[in-house]
Amino acid sequence: MASPNPNAYDPAAAAAAEGTAVSTRTRTTADIVNAGLKGRYRAEKRFRMYGVIAIAAALMMVTTLFVSIVSKGYTAFAITSISLPVTVERDLVANAEGEITDRSIAFANYAAPLRAALEAQFPEVESRSERRALYEILSDGASFQLQRMIEENPDLIGREFTMTSPVSSDFDVLNKGQIDLTVPENMRRVSDAQAGWFEALQERGLIETTFNTNLFTNGDSRQPELAGIWGAVVGSFYTLMVTLLLSFPIGVAAAVYLEEFAPKNKWTDLIEVNINNLAAVPSIVFGLLGLAVFLQVFGLPRSAPVVGGLVLTLMTLPTIIIASRAALKSVPPSIREAALGVGASKLQMITHHVLPLAMPGMLTGTIIGMAQALGETAPLLMIGMVAFVVDIPGGPMDPATVLPVQIYLWADSPERAFVAKTSAAIMVLLAFLVFMNAAAVLLRKKFERRW
Amino acid sequence: MQSFTLILVLLVLTVVGFRLGRGRAVSVVGGETRKLHSLPSYYGMYVALWCGIPAFLMLGLWLAFQDTILTQMTLASLPDTALVGPDGERMSDSRIGLLLNDIRNTAQGNIASASTEIVREAAAYYNSLKATGGWLLTVVVLALAVGGAGWAWKRVSPDLRARNGVELAVKVFMVICSTIAIFTTIGIILSLLFESLRFFSKVPVTEFLFGTHWSPQISLRADQVGSSGSFGAIPLFAGTFLISAIAMAVAVPIGLLSAIYMAEYAPRKVRGIVKPMLEILAGIPTVVYGFFAALTVAPFFRDSGQLFGLSISSESALAAGLVMGIMIIPFVSSLSDDVITAVPNAMREGSYGLGATHSETIKRVVLPAALPGIVGGILLAVSRAIGETMIVVMAAGLAANLTANPFEAVTTVTVQIVTLLVGDQEFDSPKTLAAFALGLVLFTITLVLNVIALRVVRKYREQYE
Repeated sequence: MASPNPNAYDPAAAAAAEGTAVSTRTRTTADIVNAGLKGRYRAEKRFRMYGVIAIAAALMMVTTLFVSIVSKGYTAFAITSISLPVTVERDLVANAEGEITDRSIAFANYAAPLRAALEAQFPEVESRSERRALYEILSDGASFQLQRMIEENPDLIGREFTMTSPVSSDFDVLNKGQIDLTVPENMRRVSDAQAGWFEALQERGLIETTFNTNLFTNGDSRQPELAGIWGAVVGSFYTLMVTLLLSFPIGVAAAVYLEEFAPKNKWTDLIEVNINNLAAVPSIVFGLLGLAVFLQVFGLPRSAPVVGGLVLTLMTLPTIIIASRAALKSVPPSIREAALGVGASKLQMITHHVLPLAMPGMLTGTIIGMAQALGETAPLLMIGMVAFVVDIPGGPMDPATVLPVQIYLWADSPERAFVAKTSAAIMVLLAFLVFMNAAAVLLRKKFERRW
Repeated sequence: MQSFTLILVLLVLTVVGFRLGRGRAVSVVGGETRKLHSLPSYYGMYVALWCGIPAFLMLGLWLAFQDTILTQMTLASLPDTALVGPDGERMSDSRIGLLLNDIRNTAQGNIASASTEIVREAAAYYNSLKATGGWLLTVVVLALAVGGAGWAWKRVSPDLRARNGVELAVKVFMVICSTIAIFTTIGIILSLLFESLRFFSKVPVTEFLFGTHWSPQISLRADQVGSSGSFGAIPLFAGTFLISAIAMAVAVPIGLLSAIYMAEYAPRKVRGIVKPMLEILAGIPTVVYGFFAALTVAPFFRDSGQLFGLSISSESALAAGLVMGIMIIPFVSSLSDDVITAVPNAMREGSYGLGATHSETIKRVVLPAALPGIVGGILLAVSRAIGETMIVVMAAGLAANLTANPFEAVTTVTVQIVTLLVGDQEFDSPKTLAAFALGLVLFTITLVLNVIALRVVRKYREQYE
């Protein structure tokens, strides 16, 4: 490391200047070391700096990641809605005989009164194409919403009432200021005329921004303003439940056997090697296994949380087994010997003494395994959980999707508004993960015992 | 839902069996439980196990094979004319599969496409079989439960070694659970091998492994343009290698240097804050990284490329590789941190004693001593990078370009597996089977890397313990 820099050492230079000592005294080891010291200290500082830079770079990346997601996604928690005075005429919902029945209500054309309500705001709009552009302000879901209102409350028929419904996603984006109106008109999704009408509506106080409950109560939809994550959350819940119910008992039983009962032989070695390898197998391979075995051989339904749960069980088992074995190992042998000493059988010793003491560690491992399973996407794509599912799944056999897959699907959608939706869904997913990991940390802090 | 009620009834029966068995054990010895071989609750469990296990096994077997049996019976009942296609020949297996699907859909009351008379009749037959089977199952399962419980209940006596019986059952359960890992591995290998062999019977192995052209489109008509699907996987391997190399170029310096700083220099306080922050990176789902790569990093690179007059693809290998590198940083840093702290202090002190500075000690003593562990960790990280799916699916391209230019779009093995298998596919076309062949390659490579890495790490550990 010593850099050959003769000028660095002052005493040597001084000695050379004196001229007398140089001939008698050659450079000692100390001189050589001292000569290099400055350079070495610089190298030391530089090396330290590299470490700091590396950490700073890593932290900067974490920050960039979070900032970019939050800044993209926070707007999705708000939604723009429009309040319009709407009149549903009796003629519209009556059938051919002029009576109002459940059937006639179900089949009426609810888009018409909404369009009429919009036209009433802008009497100057005449031409067909202009009117069509005007209708685009309302979400496609508005007519379904009107239908539901009428079905629930038939008294509204024939009266004027105010209906508040979301505007379509382009105008939602416009209201949030994410459309640059200085861009040439044909390069953006909202025309100048539409922007003008929207501004007029804003001035009349008909437009308001509220908390987006659709995001948390609806299933998926092609319309960004109606799409929600509830279907995916429920799907994730069923999938995780199946995973938990299978992987926890199996993992604990396997860990207990390997740690407490198994003789040390080739067979148990093989099991251990297998567990360690499975922990590092790419997750997509588990998806291929699920496709070939669970779907093709056993004929289980595609897209069902049950199959997802089975695949994720196989994936999380190594994590749970390894954590549970570590927890069992940390229980001191004296506990075991005491139990055996008072006459307990081996299984009694385990169930009465060892397992309760090891349980916090096992639970921590299980929660971490579940958090992994919650964030897993690739294997679920293989078994068909990428379907576009609008309905909220009613059970573990129904077609469903999960939160990360929903994020993947939305990230692929072309609509601008889905970018914010995706980021919002990511924030929800991260919130769940933070919650689970915090629970694991708390559990460990609270119950961890040092023997 | 019938099986659900059955499960509930069985659970109730098991509980009843437990109480009866326990009660009988107590009453047999007239309340003097010390005369019993086992504690009374073991007799209860003994009866409960005999009540539950055979019944649940039966139920599980039936649910697993019900569909196959019923379908075969329905198929056998179909008149021969139903199985003759429009061309007067017997239908191919796939057409029969379609017909069965139709029957099943009609049976479930879903509106099937243009169900014919034959299909409707078969569906009715299927439904009646299913109903009969359901009743038969209920009777058999309940008989097994009651019979098993009754037999065990009769056997309850002071001499019955109930505890040993129960413990044997628990032990058998544990052994079965511990072998699941082996069965998973066998399942992975068999399913990948089996499907890959089917693929290699259509496409030669050498073409797959050494071909340089990948375009897995299969023609529907013989004279279609671009009809010959070609399955040369070299571009995929090259793309995977390129992206993994970029990822490692990001992750190894940052991960290793931050691990060194954390283990050797950082004050305890800094360590306590920075370490968990880096571990956050490890807990973020890969789909989030994919989103970050596709919507933030890739456009950023494309735009800054334009600024310098470079044409950077919006699906560049650079963006995917960089984000994958970020994902792997905590992996490298935590593994390296472990091995660096495991180097005995005596070695450091010896180096200080000879007058080395801190950084010289690290570079000349600590790192060489920790090298096998670090290499092992890096190998594990490489295997993780190769197998990573979501980042590349979302941020890397689909077109198989054979290029080493990180600004261009490349595709990887995992991307192709996903694109080949997502969506509706025929299961025996080379296109779908190719995914399994790619999966086999992926599994083999990661397995070899993992085995080497684990061996290197283990060998190193033995030196200091």
